[in-house]
Amino acid sequence: MNALLDIPILGFILQFLVYLVNVIVNGHIAPIILGLATPIALGALCGVMNERSGVVNIGIEGMMLFSAYVAFMTALFVHQAFPAKPSPFFGATPALILGVVAAIAAGVLISLLHAWLSISVRADQIISGTIINITALGLTSYLNRLIKPFDSAGTFQSFRPPAGLVNLPGVGWLFEMFTAVGPIAMSVIVIVIIIQIMLFRSRWGLRTRAVGEHPKAADTVGINVIRLRYRNVLLGGVFAGLAGAYLTLEATGSFQNNMTAGRGFIALAAMIFGRWTPLGAFGGALLFMGSQAVGVAIRLAPPAGDLGTFLAGIQQAYPSIYNNFFTGLPYLLTIIVLAGVVGRSIPPAADGRPYEKESST
Amino acid sequence: MKARLKSYAGFGLVPALSILLALLVASVLIIASGLFGPEKKVDLLLPLVAYRSLLVGAFGSFKGIANMIVAATPLMLTGLAVGVGLKAGLFNIGATGQVLMGGFTAALVGVVVAGAPPWIAIPVAMLAGMLAGALAGFIPGFLKAYTGAHEVVTTIMLNALAQLTVSGLVNDVFRAPGFSFARTPPVGNAALTGVGGTTLHVGVIFAFVCIPISYWLLWRTTVGFEIRAVGANPTAALYAGMKPRRMMILTMSLCGAFAGLAGAVEILRLGYYPAVFGTSIGFDGITVALLGQANPVGILLSALLLGAMRAGAPLMQIQARVPVEIIDVIQGVILIFLAAEIVVRRIFRLRTEGVGAGELQTITRTYGEKVVGG
Repeated sequence: MNALLDIPILGFILQFLVYLVNVIVNGHIAPIILGLATPIALGALCGVMNERSGVVNIGIEGMMLFSAYVAFMTALFVHQAFPAKPSPFFGATPALILGVVAAIAAGVLISLLHAWLSISVRADQIISGTIINITALGLTSYLNRLIKPFDSAGTFQSFRPPAGLVNLPGVGWLFEMFTAVGPIAMSVIVIVIIIQIMLFRSRWGLRTRAVGEHPKAADTVGINVIRLRYRNVLLGGVFAGLAGAYLTLEATGSFQNNMTAGRGFIALAAMIFGRWTPLGAFGGALLFMGSQAVGVAIRLAPPAGDLGTFLAGIQQAYPSIYNNFFTGLPYLLTIIVLAGVVGRSIPPAADGRPYEKESST
Repeated sequence: MKARLKSYAGFGLVPALSILLALLVASVLIIASGLFGPEKKVDLLLPLVAYRSLLVGAFGSFKGIANMIVAATPLMLTGLAVGVGLKAGLFNIGATGQVLMGGFTAALVGVVVAGAPPWIAIPVAMLAGMLAGALAGFIPGFLKAYTGAHEVVTTIMLNALAQLTVSGLVNDVFRAPGFSFARTPPVGNAALTGVGGTTLHVGVIFAFVCIPISYWLLWRTTVGFEIRAVGANPTAALYAGMKPRRMMILTMSLCGAFAGLAGAVEILRLGYYPAVFGTSIGFDGITVALLGQANPVGILLSALLLGAMRAGAPLMQIQARVPVEIIDVIQGVILIFLAAEIVVRRIFRLRTEGVGAGELQTITRTYGEKVVGG
């Protein structure tokens, strides 16, 4: 083993892989990665629901931001009107639960705008998404400046898995990853698996994919293209709403202007990286956020040996570039995948085309 | 002649009505803002007070007008950066990143030529910013032409990458010593200083020159004809012997050059590049281009409108206590009405033929398609 690690370049890569596995398995960063990946995965699911049925959605960022704001304000309002003690169940209070419900409603509402503009009005879908991003940022910043909330409704608490489970050799980190988190992060994996199975194994999924690839053929066999697209875009809004609620009610407990900070765009990247499938998008989100978490882990506990000296040296000399490298990796990988340098990623064929029923003559 | 006038009227009608409707929608928000003010009451006249102070802020004084033109200058350029792309059927969301690249390069070159006389230093720094922007635009153009990676996605990703790259370089490599925050050294004589006690600077000239140049380029040259032909129908353009791929790359580089120039203007006005350079001019460019229906004259007018709103907003915030962010809301709502042109036409019972918006519909249609070669 040690002989392998001493080979000039290959050994360097091997050293890094050994370190990586070690950090993820023993470093207790797995739940953090899932937490970071949760809004990305949910946003990407919103994208999958839209684009699989032929509607491009680059407004995920705006949808998440708007839902995050609505979630926070609703929870705060309910909290102030009916203060309640956190329950043992994830520390949930009526305020937090209503906040999540409101976030989902907000996500659906703003998706309705997107659906209406891009399906009914047949406006350009990318412009519609851009409008949602601009409007959501403007509106939430405006209201936030106007109302200036000082209080907070608190956050959902993470589950504490029994120590025996977490310390299991080899697989303990997996248990920790999916249980030592809050309710929204915990539900992500369930939602992803359900949508993955539904999309590829159910009648609804087949119809959705048909509408996304060849709407005219779908229409010919009696599928209502417009209605199905509406339904799927609104369902996507549910996921964007959950992502927003996660940011303000599970991750931070406060709202700041533009707090999504590009997460909606990373979600778009994860969706493309995962080739428009729920599981792939989830994997993409984990990979993207994993790279950031590893970047932090290296900074806190650098690996031993040549590798450690090398990384510590870079980090000492160029701390900002070092950090930004890990933050920027998702964007770079997406361009590479989209350009087809390694394994080309291709969108559904009818993605972005408004459907117009031909008049019967 | 009459028909021509009518078509000009039809051209500007929907944007003008969208602005009107957006101001109406925004007044509801402004009235609601009264509830959170010190008096906590509903004042139905508050929108009028707010819009009045907005107008006074922008047009009430010579200084105000100067501020408006200075605010409109980068918007014209980013508007062109998006608008010229729309003419070729390309949606350049990457103006933000191209602005950063252009501004950063202009700041670096500005430091090098800081000692030269202004009439050399300013054009050299501006040109450098323009070239850097063009390079930043070339990348998504090339990727679209030869790999089919859609420019909307690649430019979104490049925006983030540009921001991370530039801030990393400013923090770690080009940081000037002796300042409390990370920034590059001063650009000296390359700085765009105000003239005659106002904020007006010579960079304004560059923007005002770019408008007629792009008009001439698009409608009076073969290249412009090819750009528009590729935008209208790439397949037809290919069979007519044009080269859609080359046109895509050229157009995106041109768009990037405009955005880079906008970044150069903003940074040289500031005199240095700060590591945290948050600017909305890239996204504002999208509003300007769509509101101006991707036409240089329309872009000029909408940039002036948006510039007036940005220049007047601070006074509005002081006098009417309406947060400046209302401008972003108004922008978004204008765009909603523009996109839902059908609705605007129905509200005002318009029968004129739609001009401009229809050609914008080609952008997203290419999302799932293969790129036409040649």
